[in-house]
Amino acid sequence: MTAGRPVTPATASPTPDASPAPGAPGGAPLTIGLVVNPVAGVGGPAGLKGSDGADVQREALARGSRPRAAERAAQAVRALLARRPGTRILTVAGPMGEDSARAAGAFPELVRIAPGDPSSSKDTTAAVEAMREADLLLFAGGDGTARDVLDGAPSCPVLGIPAGVKVYSGCFAVSPAAAGLTAAEFVPGDGRSTVEAEVVDLDEEVYRRGAVAPRLYGTLRVPAVRARLSGRKVGSSSAGPGSAEGVAREVVARMRPGVRYVLGPGATTAAVGRLLGSATTLLGVDVIQDGELIAADVTEKELLALVDGHESCAVVSVIGGQGFVLGRGNQQISPAVLKKIMASGGLVVLATQQKLAGLAGRPLLADTGDPEADALVEGHVSVITGYRESAMYRIRSAIEELPA
Amino acid sequence: MSGHAGEPFAKLPVEPKPPLRRFHQARWDEPIIFEQSRPGRRGISVPAAGVPAVELPGSVRRAEPPRLPEMGQLQVLRHYVRLSQENLGVDNAIAVGQGTCTMKYSPKINDRFVSDPKVAELHPLQPEDTVQGTLEIYWQLERILTEVSGMHRVSLQPGSGSAAIYANVAMIRAYHASRGEGRQRDQVITTMFSHPSNAACAKTAGYEIITLMPDADGYPDIEALRAAAGPRTAALLITNPEDTGIFNPRIAEFVDIVHRAGGLACYDQANANGLLGITRAADAGFDLCHFNLHKTFSTPHACGGPAAGACGVSEALAPFLPGPTVEFDGERYYLDADRPQSVGKIRPFIGVTPNVVRAYAWAMTLGAEGLREVAEIAVLNNNYLMHKVLQIPGASAPWDRRRVEQVRYSWQELSEETGVHSEEIGIRAADFGVHYWTSHHPYVVPEPFTLEPTEAYSQEDLDEYAAILAHVADEARRDPDFVKGAPYNQTVHKTDQTWLDDPKSWAVSWRAYVRKHLS
Repeated sequence: MTAGRPVTPATASPTPDASPAPGAPGGAPLTIGLVVNPVAGVGGPAGLKGSDGADVQREALARGSRPRAAERAAQAVRALLARRPGTRILTVAGPMGEDSARAAGAFPELVRIAPGDPSSSKDTTAAVEAMREADLLLFAGGDGTARDVLDGAPSCPVLGIPAGVKVYSGCFAVSPAAAGLTAAEFVPGDGRSTVEAEVVDLDEEVYRRGAVAPRLYGTLRVPAVRARLSGRKVGSSSAGPGSAEGVAREVVARMRPGVRYVLGPGATTAAVGRLLGSATTLLGVDVIQDGELIAADVTEKELLALVDGHESCAVVSVIGGQGFVLGRGNQQISPAVLKKIMASGGLVVLATQQKLAGLAGRPLLADTGDPEADALVEGHVSVITGYRESAMYRIRSAIEELPA
Repeated sequence: MSGHAGEPFAKLPVEPKPPLRRFHQARWDEPIIFEQSRPGRRGISVPAAGVPAVELPGSVRRAEPPRLPEMGQLQVLRHYVRLSQENLGVDNAIAVGQGTCTMKYSPKINDRFVSDPKVAELHPLQPEDTVQGTLEIYWQLERILTEVSGMHRVSLQPGSGSAAIYANVAMIRAYHASRGEGRQRDQVITTMFSHPSNAACAKTAGYEIITLMPDADGYPDIEALRAAAGPRTAALLITNPEDTGIFNPRIAEFVDIVHRAGGLACYDQANANGLLGITRAADAGFDLCHFNLHKTFSTPHACGGPAAGACGVSEALAPFLPGPTVEFDGERYYLDADRPQSVGKIRPFIGVTPNVVRAYAWAMTLGAEGLREVAEIAVLNNNYLMHKVLQIPGASAPWDRRRVEQVRYSWQELSEETGVHSEEIGIRAADFGVHYWTSHHPYVVPEPFTLEPTEAYSQEDLDEYAAILAHVADEARRDPDFVKGAPYNQTVHKTDQTWLDDPKSWAVSWRAYVRKHLS
């Protein structure tokens, strides 16, 4: 017994003193979908840098690894039910969710799919497709699982329970308990309560050889996590100047007539397209001039022709947590293209202050494969962090930063 | 107890007190005052005056009476006493947990001065001849602050720290405009760990903001400043020590870089409590600076009401000071409003007089040596507390640097181990009657908490605070769900703060609440 500990259990009822939030469902039952990738994370302890592929999973188990996704999913469900008892849980029979839910003391309802044994990516995708009734979908896994969820085109917002080896995507909560608590506080149908988060994944084959190559696969709607801060001094609004919309407004405000803007992939650059009303692509490289989309999802060759003889500016975002801005997911901006751009309009990087802070003083990285081209961008670059807000940040060639 | 007096009691079956306080916050379920109003209730019945009523023109007459709560005196007194009991603050808690805010003790004697009718019943439009003493206090406090900062002149007009920063930005804008460079110089540079009001005030005044991020050593990246400074630079707005508590030893170089680019250097002295009598803004080459009188000079914090700020400027910037200024011709004090280059008024009249009186009284009771001692004890207290906090497993202070008057710590290690977040540790700490704060947005330091013990706290206070943190960290390891379920001994459980993020929902007055939620 600790000092000051009350007699009643802490988890007896959800926030008894809190008045319901405006627009809160006032105790209406919430339906949470749960999908567990039972092999997620198995490769990490075995030093396999990931768990993608049946061979790797077998090897990891042979090396004595124990899967940890089931346990982490149970932690999330436990936190969810403690905060919001009576939540309806929809899941898949067996290790893809039912086992975790039951371990957490829940009585889940099962969707009608029959996963293979062992389960595969296809089962995750099928489970997501089968959960149309859920208000929010929790999935336990890593970046690879997030990609499978994305493939299932979920009809509701999702949130990842971090359980994989690689968790670079923005769609994960910081811990299993945080995922459960966020789910418990989720208000369905409230437009303010979700944001778009990027799904990125590393190519594990390349990663095992010692290189880091994050790639952007798409975006998922996730609950906007509003920190329960004690005594904070400032609020942050999803429509604030530091949001993707704020960054996009600044990019558009800086656009000059006649200049060709090469937009790299990413949710932030996609917001620029939205603001201009142009059908830019999320994953491709697009070119804008005078507010109009003049070429979408271009190849390197097409891009080289488009920037040749025109004042051009590259607008790229930071992909993944390592700080890469060139040579990851935007290889269309090749050394030859970059040399032309740096001779005219130059480079603009988009990132939130939070993302830059996450680099902990490490520089942004360029890895076009040509040290000469990388050298052109070395030094300090203007990083747009919001409307009329930027940071001056160091950028270096990746060759100098990463161990060979 | 010891000696003879204690002996009879030693035999009583009284358990020794536990090491931590068995605190429980008072909880009154008190409705807000407007909800307690009943038509016709009065605190004072005023008899009819017996003089004829003056006929007021319709244009200045209220169409309906003000919607003030109608209550008896006892009910009003009881209401506010109850609210005060549902509170945690300097007067009832160890308030070292609101780092960057310098929550020091405000001596009660200074409140007696300002509740004296000579101050309390002043009218801002009284003729100068009738307020010579008040003007003298403004004049003398300005002399004290010019000495502390090394600046040429100081204005006491701003009603808060941020208003003082805004006044400084307004002067920067007026200075460049006077040299024909107003349009060209449209950027203000600041740093990630400077007080966020710098970026906010400059942006409000129309500037584009460039932020310098910390380098791997925790200092703002000086090479980024070199890259950012140029013909568009209006000014550098920088706090030092920053909100990490780390003092930037290259600050004079930062000032030089900006000066060479033609910009001005403006020192945010929100964190001046560890610097009084030790360093001076002018000595580092700054053109402007500000103080929060409610932080460093012990006047009450305002929370949206009037606090007091002071902005100091070099001789070149003095013509732009907000006004009117308080002047002395050797015989009498007077207000000078005839200053064509002044940025004008930052707020009505000449300043928040009660707070100017408090700050003056505070500085005068300490004297020059006392002010320096304040800084020395604040730094000593901070480093003592840091030593204690860093002994708690799971707590760290990113960047291995000495700190001045505060530290932004991190629970990253504890949080990764237990899943308990900094906010949750703070909420649990409140169960022991202390306040705790995390960090400004954005969370650059992971799982942050910011402590600033000031000079007001005793060694025992700091020991108790550190013991509470150690206890909660230990609880987090043994039973994380218990800590996550906190508070248990508080007025309210957890509050939904999402309203604060939504302009359609937030309400900082009863009128706004009625409009947004009840109508």
